[in-house]
Amino acid sequence: MATTKPLPSHDRVIAVSHLSKTFGPVRAVDDLTFEVHPGRVTGFLGPNGAGKTTTLRMLLGLVRPTSGTATIGGRPYHRLPRPLRTVGAALEASSFHPGRTALDHLRTYAPQVGVPDARASEVLDLVGLGGAADRRVGGFSLGMRQRLALATTLLGDPPVLLLDEPANGLDPEGIRWLRVFLRALAAEGRTVLVSSHVLSEVEQTVDDVVIIARGRLVHASPLDDLVRLARPQVRVVSPDAAGLTALLARGGWTRAGDPDATGHAVDLVDVDAATVGAAAFAAGLELHELSTRNPGLEGLFLDMVATPAAPTHPEVAA
Amino acid sequence: MGAALRTEYRKLVTTRLWWVLLLAMVGYMAFIAPIMAFVVTQGGDMGTVPGGEGGGPLPPDAIVRTVYTIAVTLGYTFPLVVGTLAVTTEFRHQTITPTLLAEPRRSVVLGAKLLAGAVLGLVFGVVGTATVAGAGALVVSLAGQPTYLDLASTWRVLALSAVALALWAVVGVGFGSVLTNQVAAIVVILAFTQFLEPLLRFGLAATSWGDGIARFFPGAAAEALSGGSLYAEMGATQLLSPLQGAAVLIGYALLFAAIGRFTTFRRDIT
Repeated sequence: MATTKPLPSHDRVIAVSHLSKTFGPVRAVDDLTFEVHPGRVTGFLGPNGAGKTTTLRMLLGLVRPTSGTATIGGRPYHRLPRPLRTVGAALEASSFHPGRTALDHLRTYAPQVGVPDARASEVLDLVGLGGAADRRVGGFSLGMRQRLALATTLLGDPPVLLLDEPANGLDPEGIRWLRVFLRALAAEGRTVLVSSHVLSEVEQTVDDVVIIARGRLVHASPLDDLVRLARPQVRVVSPDAAGLTALLARGGWTRAGDPDATGHAVDLVDVDAATVGAAAFAAGLELHELSTRNPGLEGLFLDMVATPAAPTHPEVAA
Repeated sequence: MGAALRTEYRKLVTTRLWWVLLLAMVGYMAFIAPIMAFVVTQGGDMGTVPGGEGGGPLPPDAIVRTVYTIAVTLGYTFPLVVGTLAVTTEFRHQTITPTLLAEPRRSVVLGAKLLAGAVLGLVFGVVGTATVAGAGALVVSLAGQPTYLDLASTWRVLALSAVALALWAVVGVGFGSVLTNQVAAIVVILAFTQFLEPLLRFGLAATSWGDGIARFFPGAAAEALSGGSLYAEMGATQLLSPLQGAAVLIGYALLFAAIGRFTTFRRDIT
């Protein structure tokens, strides 16, 4: 692979700021703000219809934002001098002419990327499609199309990569290959944004997560912070708020999140229910609930993106 | 623009469609030109159209006007379709997304398509006209009549025929950018070129006021550019001058392209 151009790292930052997009009555993206940094793989997560693809398309200048900005290295996509040299994007695995061969598909865009035709063969080998170079794309499996889409993004050896659901259609071996490949790209200092509607699919790949639902930001943090939130929690409810506080102080346990207003209920981490129950019994504290919740990462994710009982945006609730 | 042009060129030549259509055009022209040459050399009666001056044997130089321009009169659908498909396939196969990622300036994309369409159209024009001239001249000389291929004016007609066909491809690109649904675009093209325009031209020629309108139809303009036409020989329409014909044809291409630029090429690509 050719060496990455020594772009200053701020030129690789993807910045989305108060971004909104309305399609008719539907608010597909709603005041979305987040940043994606170089040298890391960022998972862009949310259920189907959350607005991930629309956000990516606004970043790429294909969809005009209703309001807000989406920039790469501080510039909107259409202001990038040779966009494919800066950003490689794969939006769907179906953007191919079925009658064109894999190599011809890549060679078609080579002049605009500004690379010699030899680069087309190079990236095909890179994604493991070297043997299928002269086959028409119409006969490709979904997994092969994903690899060809990835090869297309790599033509210009760009420092920023945007990949929409790249694991779709890949077999387990392919997903493993993709994971190693994306990690390697990030390790070279590139900015890698990977969207997915399944957290478990990218859990072992990403460093950071940006989670959206119904067009709004739900959570953005390093993956480690999300993992921490997903630890087992022990819920303790007592009618005696003061006694409960004292019990917590004696035990030296860590609360998960803020206590509720009444002080009657707390969630604890790094402690099991038996330990808390024994301590409460010893202190003679009356308990009304002592339970363990272990949502796991996927459960936490699903909780975050679940449709709220009382919709905050009636226009998209339908 | 240079890179965008090379990309457009590669898009066109890396699929089979262009040479399949070119082959079809050659086959059609190789079939129709000898028939037309035979009819003309045998002094066949071309029929009489109300209001026209037709009827009776055609003058000798009618060979040049009718036979050698048959590609413009009857074969123009091929470059027109090729030009149209250059845009509609992008939407059909969603390759418009990578196209606009490679070149986000949408006017440049459309401009490159128009220019690439002209180049490919010229290939159709040269090959189609050469087929007609070759097959036509063969039958004419077999009939023992002069082919007129030794006249500079004949070669001028042949060259303009190729140019007219090239412009048809540009009109096609413009039309495709207005109507991006491939099936709909082809249906409209076939309906207009094979049925509506011929019918209207004959119909309007029958009226006292219609001729002034009919000569501005794209088909009539292209025939005017090449300097002759079967329809004109049949007395259906008076044609514009070649230069005016070229201007009208380019006008259609630019009008369509402008509409396409402000509709199709302004929309969100989702």
